[in-house]
Amino acid sequence: MARNSENSLLFGVDKITVFTYVILVFMGWLNIYAAVYNEEHQNIFDTTQKYGKQLIWIGTAAVIAFSVLLIDAGFYTVFAYAFYGFILLLCILVPFVGREIKGSKSWFGFGGFGVQPAEFMKFATNLALAKFLSNENIVINQQFRLRLRDIIKNYKNTFIALLILGMPLLVIKVLQDETGLAIVFVAFVVVLYREGLSVGFIIFGLLATILFVLSLIVTQTMTLIIVLGCISLSAFLFIHRTRKNLIFVVLIFGAACGVVLGTNYVYEHLEQHQKGRIDVLLGRGEVDLKKEGYNVNQAKIAIGSGQFLGKGYLQGTQTKYDFVPEQDTDFIFCTVGEEWGFLGSTIVILLELFLILRVIFLAERQRSPFSRIYGYGVAACLFFHVAINIGMTIGLMPVIGIPLPFFSYGGTSLWSFTILLFIFIKLDANRLLILR
Amino acid sequence: MSNNPQLADRKFIIGGFFILVAFIYIARLFYIQIIDKRYKEEADRNALQALTEYPPRGFIYDRNGKILVYNDPSYDLMVTPKLVKGCDTMALCEILEISMQDFKKRIKKACLAPNSPRKQSIFEKQMSPKTYATLQEKLYRFKGFYVQSRSVRKYPRPIAAHLLGYVGEVSKEKAAKDPYYREGDYIGISGMERSYEEALRGKKGTRFVVKDVHNKEIGRYMDGKYDTVAILGKPLYCTIDAEMQEYVETLLKGKKGALVAIEPSTGEILCMVSAPGYDPNLLVGGKERSRNFSKLYVDSTLPLFNRALQAMYPPGSTFKLIDALIGLNDGVITRESSFPCAPGYPPMGGHPRCHKRHGGNLVEGIAQSCNSYFSYVFARICDNKKYPKFVDGYAHWRKAVMSFGPNTKLGTDLPFDSPGNVPSVKYYNKTFGEGHWFANTVVSLGIGQAELNLVPLQMANVIATIANRGYYIIPHCVKGVGTEKYLDKKYTEKHYVEVQDSTVYRTVIDGMQRCFDAGTGYPERIPGVVACGKTGTAENPHGNSHAVFLAFAPRDNPKIAVACLIENAGFGGVWAAPAVSLLIEKYLTGKVTRKKEEERYKAVDLINKKNLLTTESH
Repeated sequence: MARNSENSLLFGVDKITVFTYVILVFMGWLNIYAAVYNEEHQNIFDTTQKYGKQLIWIGTAAVIAFSVLLIDAGFYTVFAYAFYGFILLLCILVPFVGREIKGSKSWFGFGGFGVQPAEFMKFATNLALAKFLSNENIVINQQFRLRLRDIIKNYKNTFIALLILGMPLLVIKVLQDETGLAIVFVAFVVVLYREGLSVGFIIFGLLATILFVLSLIVTQTMTLIIVLGCISLSAFLFIHRTRKNLIFVVLIFGAACGVVLGTNYVYEHLEQHQKGRIDVLLGRGEVDLKKEGYNVNQAKIAIGSGQFLGKGYLQGTQTKYDFVPEQDTDFIFCTVGEEWGFLGSTIVILLELFLILRVIFLAERQRSPFSRIYGYGVAACLFFHVAINIGMTIGLMPVIGIPLPFFSYGGTSLWSFTILLFIFIKLDANRLLILR
Repeated sequence: MSNNPQLADRKFIIGGFFILVAFIYIARLFYIQIIDKRYKEEADRNALQALTEYPPRGFIYDRNGKILVYNDPSYDLMVTPKLVKGCDTMALCEILEISMQDFKKRIKKACLAPNSPRKQSIFEKQMSPKTYATLQEKLYRFKGFYVQSRSVRKYPRPIAAHLLGYVGEVSKEKAAKDPYYREGDYIGISGMERSYEEALRGKKGTRFVVKDVHNKEIGRYMDGKYDTVAILGKPLYCTIDAEMQEYVETLLKGKKGALVAIEPSTGEILCMVSAPGYDPNLLVGGKERSRNFSKLYVDSTLPLFNRALQAMYPPGSTFKLIDALIGLNDGVITRESSFPCAPGYPPMGGHPRCHKRHGGNLVEGIAQSCNSYFSYVFARICDNKKYPKFVDGYAHWRKAVMSFGPNTKLGTDLPFDSPGNVPSVKYYNKTFGEGHWFANTVVSLGIGQAELNLVPLQMANVIATIANRGYYIIPHCVKGVGTEKYLDKKYTEKHYVEVQDSTVYRTVIDGMQRCFDAGTGYPERIPGVVACGKTGTAENPHGNSHAVFLAFAPRDNPKIAVACLIENAGFGGVWAAPAVSLLIEKYLTGKVTRKKEEERYKAVDLINKKNLLTTESH
């Protein structure tokens, strides 16, 4: 390996990842063009149109990508906490000093463009989490215990990790009231899991979700009866009837009761539009397709009408004529579904999946825990976005306003995903140099 | 943190989970994009709107190419209630000049069966051009509304309302049965508009347009690949002579009755008037139409009723012509036969009666219209030795009569014609009992009374048959449909009646000519025209007798055969003959020389009993 090539910018850069990224960004731009397209404005460089602006965003994203690769990998490790602290501070400040755009207080304005600091919180949090977890002395407890003493002793680090995730979540949710941007931080639980978080937590979380949904679909009483039935049956069949286990069973049931009874409280205290979105997803009661059900219904109509091969590029009637709201940002997948059909939609899903799996593959080959953890953070974050974004357009997820990575219109999100991904590409490119 | 190899296996769980989710999504996409067709339909409903294009109805021309009916553009405001949302109701109400309550009522009506919130129905019919112009600019603001351009009928001459018929909204039943029509479509309801609906209406076209979420029209769908072009309605060339029609209508003003004129050689109806009539322009338009219709509907003189086709009258003495023809043809009488007159029919004690004591041969009998004479003729026909039983003789008479058209629907190209009535053997058997009735029992049939009923069109057909000396062509009012002037073959076929002997016709026609020369029609003789006619006075149980007059002219190569009936007007020579005679003169010579008589007749108002003629004779 020649020395000058080691110093070159692209040395060790995973070309497959970069290539997939480029394809996704390009396809995204094509679909933004289709979504905004009208016969009067056909110049792709027309910056009064969103596809024209997106070209600027893509150009600047390329600059950012190169800059990220230029900077020494050590920089990210060293300044991980600094990034975290600085951007978190911006997130706290933005509601007070930022510009209000479409009723949202999460933007800093620069001339005609706006930037959401919360978007950058993703990579900063990922860096901080990786830095914290890669510390030699820190071990995430791998056992699932319920005794208070054990919990305090063994889960201290887990709590700190959760705090790193929880702070931006709370700041963005409470101060900026941006549910979509906030909820993303939940995704990093996957990283904790990879680094040793007991499966019990995950299962507990999953069970709680199931109970939440169940008690909204059927009644609370019904849910409790089902839970009681399941627990007693499994206790009877699988568990030795010791005193300890009995307490365990009672505790589980108590927790389930708490979740079920808490469901109603949480649901009732949601905002009207959020309630509506949950109702739409679960098919509860009379969903008015003109109000809360409109987006999802129109999205499904657009995608469903694409059929196998789609209507052809720029031929979509639903997206082109504004039936689907937010079709260039959060509902960009509708354009894909309508114009490219099942074939195109599947290709997009598989491309995103491929990118995520590629990142996991790269993460696993890292020798440095920091790089690995950061890599998992990238994969988890991307996966969460893709799953929620596409899921909501096809009625499998509640409507949460988060973008489809590399696809949706928007400068901040493209920049933030680019930074998130390219830091990892840089770390990966550097993996051989680290132990030299 | 160390690299714990145990934990490394979790990459499979994480990766596996990601893959699983991806495949669930792909499966879901497969379902909504390929299996479930509902979304495709919804999308079409969303963005595509099928706009119906109504072709203008065909024009109607008279026999000389004068326009009887043309079209004026009109605009209907349509609504699809389901799509109406957030529209500026106040502004719309203002433009249409209706109240909010009215607005709500109409929307509600458009939602209720047989309309549906998802279907278009008419919100405001036939807006004025001014309203339309104002509305058109702001229409995009009223989601769920759109304007349908239609055309309404216009009549440059206010004539022939019954004959032409009118156009109105299709009935629910018809719309349900016939897939061509949708609720709110227009259809010919009566007259020629009804008979020739299919030709006149043309064919609706459909234009698919793409609309955006704001209901704004974006453009054509697939560059019009699926559009169908509207096909223009075909023009109709009818046999009516507009000038004659107009003339007769002015003659019959203030009278109740009907006049039908036929060109005997072709069966073409030259004019067909039912009085009182109405201005056809009254039955077009939206609001006015229904207002005028109900006004005409409750009018006690029944202006909407087409007497020429639907009113059944006893033919009275005009029927004697048929008796004479059958009698001569059967050989039961000759030209020189004569019968006693009491005055009246002696075998029945002077019934039916005569005004005075008549005498003479058949020609005189026709000319003077002797009741007794034709009672004998009727009795002789029925009691013919050829038929051992009286009822067979009667049945023979009936069959011969019916060959001239009575008791059958002639098959004319106008809807709703009545068949008239010639009582059957069965009917009399039921009334009098089998074997308990004889020629003299029903002898008043012989002079066109009793249960005998004809509609004026049938009377005209009888006189046209005599003019043709033995055949008729089904009277019809269309010369040709469309530019190719297509005419159904049945309107060129000759129908031969039971009497074919030309000498028989000569004798009867001699009598008819004498009617003008020296008989009941003498006051109405036409200068320079050899006309043949027969008066009739049809007694009716409801009031004064109806006046009837049949005539054709000229005697050789007849050009026109006319039947006229004036209700409750007394003797036929006075009230029905002038109209016939004036028409014949005008038609054959192109002018009317008897201006004084014309003026007098026009002025007469029999309905309100004004300006009555003072005639001593008859």
